[in-house]
Amino acid sequence: MIPDFELYIHIPFCVRKCAYCDFLSAPASEDVRERYVQALCREIRESGESLRDGKMKERALHGVIRASGENEPSLAKRTVSTLFFGGGTPSILEVGQIERIMKACRETFLFAENAEISLEANPGTLTMDKLEGYRRAGINRLSLGLQSVHENELRLLGRIHSYEDFLESYRLARKAGFTNINVDLMSALPGQTWESYRECLEKVTALAPEHISAYSLIVEEGTLFYERYGDEEKRREAGKETLLLPSEEEEREMYENGVDFLRKAGYRRYEISNFAREGYACRHNCGYWTGVEYLGLGLGASSYMEGTRFSNVRDLKRYLEVDGAPALVRELPEVLSEEEKKEEFFFLGLRMMQGVSAAEFERRFGESWEREYGASMQKLIRMGYLKQEGDRLFLTEEGVSVSNEVFAELLL
Amino acid sequence: MAIDQKKIRNFCIIAHIDHGKSTLADRIIEKTGLLTSREMQEQVLDNMDLERERGITIKSQAVRTVYKAQDGEEYILNLIDTPGHVDFNYEVSRSLAACDGAILVVDAAQGVEAQTLANVYLAMDHDLEIMPVINKIDLPSAEPERVIEEIEDVIGIEAHDAPLISAKQGINIEEVLEQIVQKIPAPKGDPQAPLKALIFDSLYDSYKGIIVFIRVFDGSVKKGTRIRLMSTMAEFETVEVGTFGAGQFIPCDELSAGMVGYLTASIKTLKETRVGDTVTDAANPCDKALPGYKKVTPMVYCGLYPADGARYNDLRDALEKLQLNDASLQFEPETSIALGFGFRCGFLGLLHLEIIQERLEREYNLDLVTTAPGVVYKIYKTNGECLELTNPSNMPDPSEIEHMEEPMVSAEIMVTTEYIGAIMNLCQERRGVYISTDYIEKTRAVLKYELPLNEIIYDFFDALKSRSRGYASFDYEIKGYVPSKLVKLDILINKEEVDALSFIVFEESAYERGRKMCEKLKDEIPRHLFEIPIQAAIGSKIIARETVKAMRKDVLAKCYGGDISRKRKLLEKQKEGKKRMRQIGNVEIPQKAFMSVLKLDEE
Repeated sequence: MIPDFELYIHIPFCVRKCAYCDFLSAPASEDVRERYVQALCREIRESGESLRDGKMKERALHGVIRASGENEPSLAKRTVSTLFFGGGTPSILEVGQIERIMKACRETFLFAENAEISLEANPGTLTMDKLEGYRRAGINRLSLGLQSVHENELRLLGRIHSYEDFLESYRLARKAGFTNINVDLMSALPGQTWESYRECLEKVTALAPEHISAYSLIVEEGTLFYERYGDEEKRREAGKETLLLPSEEEEREMYENGVDFLRKAGYRRYEISNFAREGYACRHNCGYWTGVEYLGLGLGASSYMEGTRFSNVRDLKRYLEVDGAPALVRELPEVLSEEEKKEEFFFLGLRMMQGVSAAEFERRFGESWEREYGASMQKLIRMGYLKQEGDRLFLTEEGVSVSNEVFAELLL
Repeated sequence: MAIDQKKIRNFCIIAHIDHGKSTLADRIIEKTGLLTSREMQEQVLDNMDLERERGITIKSQAVRTVYKAQDGEEYILNLIDTPGHVDFNYEVSRSLAACDGAILVVDAAQGVEAQTLANVYLAMDHDLEIMPVINKIDLPSAEPERVIEEIEDVIGIEAHDAPLISAKQGINIEEVLEQIVQKIPAPKGDPQAPLKALIFDSLYDSYKGIIVFIRVFDGSVKKGTRIRLMSTMAEFETVEVGTFGAGQFIPCDELSAGMVGYLTASIKTLKETRVGDTVTDAANPCDKALPGYKKVTPMVYCGLYPADGARYNDLRDALEKLQLNDASLQFEPETSIALGFGFRCGFLGLLHLEIIQERLEREYNLDLVTTAPGVVYKIYKTNGECLELTNPSNMPDPSEIEHMEEPMVSAEIMVTTEYIGAIMNLCQERRGVYISTDYIEKTRAVLKYELPLNEIIYDFFDALKSRSRGYASFDYEIKGYVPSKLVKLDILINKEEVDALSFIVFEESAYERGRKMCEKLKDEIPRHLFEIPIQAAIGSKIIARETVKAMRKDVLAKCYGGDISRKRKLLEKQKEGKKRMRQIGNVEIPQKAFMSVLKLDEE
């Protein structure tokens, strides 16, 4: 059986950069956005072509996908199981632009009938026209970046919308026929308490979206937040007192209470920061954690194909100059060793609450994980961070809290 | 053919640190035309990087130059460089013994300092003619008149015709050279007598093997002479003799009475060529060795461990190589539960320790973990045995100890009067016994104290400098052992004793030290998944405790397709960080935690 793969499409534009955001995204003029869409469509089409007609030379030029024999199934013959428009704020694009991108994809790749096609959208950028257009283009899952229901927190984060804006967008999305909606929330914000976070959870669960992503804030380098809270974050990491950021203990409390709250509201935590009603886990993201191949298209997009991780250029000017030509935008190929593949198997797989499967490990690597990992696993099980039930190994509640330590221990 | 001794001058330069000894040496070499200015390295004698950075001279070396004096004659000037630090007192004394005179360099602004005195007295002990030189007269704050007066008053030597020079600017160097010829006596050995030469230094050269630096007093030595080293009666065939160019060895036919030079023989290890030993002719030996030879005994010990256990053999090789050039360095293998395989090393003092440590790290590219330095304690056991304790781990059970003794030093601290109070407080804190205060002049005094060596081996010098704003200078010599109330302080991390952190401490200071150790370790040990108690204990009694709180949360909230490589790298870094730590039970301790406890007084 030929395995399915996923598509990721990056839209590196937003109305305004948020204070905590370290994604590849910036405001841009309409003209630049249009040129980008053109280049992106070319990248999409050529990605398929070059792989489909077996242009060996060009494939080798890509430097990442090996020029293998005839038996190699071309991407065009493999089924795309999910597509994800991420950003940035993909919903900043015109409906027509999204339609053209979708058209390029459909004409290049073979989509599964039930393919999950998601788009990230920000409240304040959505209209009924847009939403209906997305539906027509085949988008069947919407991810709304809310982050908080409190206006002060939204301002702190530098969001462009109010809670009211979100409610309006949510209502419109339902009206347009979206039956699979995710809402993003954030915890561990400066000044936030469990009480204020609980209010977010209450209000959002009352709307009954199918999916909730609830992240703890990560203060990333290169963001405005890093300038403001970088030192605090370091103090917190060292277990010292903090003035602005919630303490480690408060952060943990918010997270654990949040998990508990969401469980009672009918949302199962299927990954460290992701919660869904039955049957609505994000298939695209699950693919990342279970080693499914994916092709990233657009500025800075990452791919994992044929055991190789690579990513596209991050310089918008360059991307536009070469007009998205795949051979010229793909760079930084990193061919994973068996060892690295095993490491990823664990540190990605264990992010999911279902954990990893011993049989799956054997299938992929041709041997039991016992030899190389047995001792570390037993130690982590003894310490109460991992649990083994039958074929599956997964993080315990304690293990989730210190999962980095667990993953680091499981590196070879 | 023996060189006419009347045309030889063997001398050294003595000075307080920073008074310009090395610079003057450079000028002398320059003026005597042995090298052109362009060839001169900044400081010819100090050819180890480390020395240049610290501004001190570690190993004594010698250089031979030729000076055409105003009387029209050519004189051979053998300048023997001496180490300037008290740790190397014995080496200094052997270098002095090779000379007939000494140039005393005194800073025209700072005047006589503690080390000036110490070195002058040492030179006087060796009956050297002392020739004062006032340096740095170009400084705005120079007061040559006052300094000349001070030299005459404090040291009691004639100084009115001392050359007023600036070694840095090259002012009046000619006069120094003339005075060397006029004032420093020529050697008066007997060229016909049996060979009698003093080893004042030696080094290992990968081409020539051991190179022995000698001053010939009587007789002569040449290629083929079968020599005998009188302390060990070991005999060797001389392979080469020669003199010292600037930074190079120049072979010659013969070294005769009065000359300074080197010889090589098939000597394998530096241990066989002890500084201070006498070289004679095996076929025609002299009847008595030169006086003053003693076996150097290390005063300070510590454990040195490779940070990476796999480099144990590299560390051993490096120590062996260093020992080739430094017979006072001693080491023997030891094992620590915490640190694995390493060496217990003996040093002349703390500076010596630091220098060796730095050389191992720089020249041999080794990452080291050093345990707290300690002195040699004498333990008198109830069964009558006496034990010399160099490693706290070997301390017997207190019930077996009758009493203990620790080494004391006589210290002289020169300080401007405004800081006398602060320095006296410091000495008090360090268990010093006050002896006297001698005023050199209105604003300066020499404080004399007796201090336990173990109180000055850590950071005494730093404390002295900081409490006197850099104005105090310090010199000491070992005085002997006195009974003392000492205890072994153990550190327990997560209830496990960490042998590498144990040390011997004065009973009354134990509580304070224990508390500081625990505080420091608390900051150095990263949080783990569990709580880690850090305790200081004497025997079974806990005297201080701190806790490293458990890590409660360490999660990457997000990990999607775009950042998997980055996340893997983060995790690898996290794992790598742990590899560099030492595992004690379940606790990972960073290497630097072992060293940070050496500097407890830094706040």
